[in-house]
Amino acid sequence: MGFFEALIDIFTSDSTYINAALFAALLLFAATGEWVAERAGTINISVEGMLLSGAFTTAVGYDLTESAVLAILAGICGGLIVALVQAEMSHRLSADQFVVGLTLNILVLGLTGFLDREINPKTKIVDTWNIPLLSDLPLIGQALFGQPWPFYLLYVLVPVSGWMVYRTRFGLDVRAAGENPQSADVSGIDVNKRRRQAIYYAGFTSGLGGAFLILVQVGQFEESIVGGRGFIAIAAVIFGGWTIRGTIAGCILFAAALSFRLSIQGLGYQLNSELLQSLPFLVTIVAMAFFAHRVRPPAALAQPFVRGLE
Amino acid sequence: MTAVAEPATNEKQAGRARQGARLGEWLVLYALSILGAILISALLVTATGGDWQSVVTALLDGSMRNPGRWGETLGVAAPLLLVALGTVISSRAGLVNIGQEGQLAIGAAFATYFGFLIGGPGPLNLFVLLVFGAVGGALWAGIAALLRFWRGVPEVLSTLLLVAVAGQAVAYGLRWQRLLLAPEASRGNRNQVSEQLGTDRRLPEQVIFGNSFPISVYLAVGVALIVAFLLARSIWGFRLKMLGRNPRAAQHSGVSQKRYGSTALMLGGAFAGLAGAAMLAGGGFAFGNYQLVPGFSANIGWTGLLVALVARERALVCIPVALVFASLRTGSGFVASTGVEGRITDVIQGLLVLALLVPPAVMFVRDRRRARAATTART
Repeated sequence: MGFFEALIDIFTSDSTYINAALFAALLLFAATGEWVAERAGTINISVEGMLLSGAFTTAVGYDLTESAVLAILAGICGGLIVALVQAEMSHRLSADQFVVGLTLNILVLGLTGFLDREINPKTKIVDTWNIPLLSDLPLIGQALFGQPWPFYLLYVLVPVSGWMVYRTRFGLDVRAAGENPQSADVSGIDVNKRRRQAIYYAGFTSGLGGAFLILVQVGQFEESIVGGRGFIAIAAVIFGGWTIRGTIAGCILFAAALSFRLSIQGLGYQLNSELLQSLPFLVTIVAMAFFAHRVRPPAALAQPFVRGLE
Repeated sequence: MTAVAEPATNEKQAGRARQGARLGEWLVLYALSILGAILISALLVTATGGDWQSVVTALLDGSMRNPGRWGETLGVAAPLLLVALGTVISSRAGLVNIGQEGQLAIGAAFATYFGFLIGGPGPLNLFVLLVFGAVGGALWAGIAALLRFWRGVPEVLSTLLLVAVAGQAVAYGLRWQRLLLAPEASRGNRNQVSEQLGTDRRLPEQVIFGNSFPISVYLAVGVALIVAFLLARSIWGFRLKMLGRNPRAAQHSGVSQKRYGSTALMLGGAFAGLAGAAMLAGGGFAFGNYQLVPGFSANIGWTGLLVALVARERALVCIPVALVFASLRTGSGFVASTGVEGRITDVIQGLLVLALLVPPAVMFVRDRRRARAATTART
């Protein structure tokens, strides 16, 4: 079989699209919240820790209750705990957000690894829901409409997040806090409060992402379950130029790269797996280098806000 | 006359008292937060059925008390300190470099590649190896500097993204014999491994009371002293500080942001790369067998960054902090023998860092509140 036939095989098989959809979904769960946090002015590095923490609490919740709904709620709590520490420390105490984020990542990795050996929760992948008619579509039908049900939360989460940021008062406040905190403050917005809330939102969506990892994608908690995909989500937000559409595009592109790697390995080709793995980061760096002037980050991104300090 | 002098002395006394109270507040805050971190860790150990006292004993045994252990701890502390010092320099110029993990890996890879390419007699080769380690780290950080000062890409983002790329680049290099991979004969049963450094190309070891450590420890301490001096006393250090505090003012007084900023960023990378080369040539229990493997950097870059941040960007404070973090690392192996999962040291380390972040932040908020109260009282 020649290489091009193999390529055609990859692009016509359902499993490629299913894999890509799963990867993209996880990235989207994390990236949506990350996008909101960045619009409010925080580069929320702890998204990696939020995913991991959410995944672990989901696993524990499922082990205890055997109920996927309660497990997802537990996952949201797991994400929110990390978000709470990140938000309170970086936007109430104004500690450096990167220090807090990096530390939280290391802390959560250690803590979940430690507790996993002690508790060792048992979980499984939840039932698949086939959406009638839509799931029969060729190629993308199974990938987008024939997944375990937590997948479909995404169809609500992403539009709602976009609507929230672009069309509500809260979203306006959030964007003001990220663009010009001084003016926002003068016009009566509590900048740090909005930033904290944006981080909570990131914790909420990342907690969902963690639950998705356990209940849909992997089925069992392991220490390396997130494996740097929180960072890929951050890359997707940057790649997307801090817009929701760009972020979605980034997530899909990076997910395609990740699943392409799996498919090509499945066919017995060992083509530059390192290159494909670093592709999301390389693409983001190159994109930033070319579009950094045109695509402007939120003006106060990563700058702490303290009233009276310029 | 006396009427004027009296309030002045009063004010001076009051000022001294205020300063004493401030110092007291600092100490109390630090004590409370460190105590809190230790308490949570102890609770965690107890809650999972462990015995916290034996964990403490194991940590002390593993990092200091058992024969030969404090040598190991010093050996781990040296690269941590080097990474931290680089971070201090770049953050003094107001740049947030969080890519040390990648810069360290690239430094180690450069050291391996050019060390074997150039060859030469042992000590000279060792020198070449260390220099190229630093060059590798500097070039990797240079990418971020280039993006920052010529394309306007925030260095926080580029350094972070480059960490992932560096790891993959090293793994890629370890697939090809013309890059880093060892010839088949010396590969053993491993797939991705570089050739081992010959005994004459390793860092000499110092032995004191049965504790052996590579001489990179002296190197790191020497560098710490030099960096501390340069940052505090030289014109260059002053310019960096100016750039960090107020880039616009610095630019107006002739300090080129491009030039000084990229120098600072690249120096940060060079130190991380040097740490990587020193880890390679220093060996020791934590850093493998004088050869490069995937994942060689072993979180030393991240931890070194934390050291710098905990030391709040003061070069000399980095020394004790690096020692504490190194002790946690060398002690973790011993903790496992008490029946408690060794990962607990990661938890302790994380909690400790978070705890150390609290006092400065609290003091900052309180100072501001006081200042505001004072202004409103006056008006």
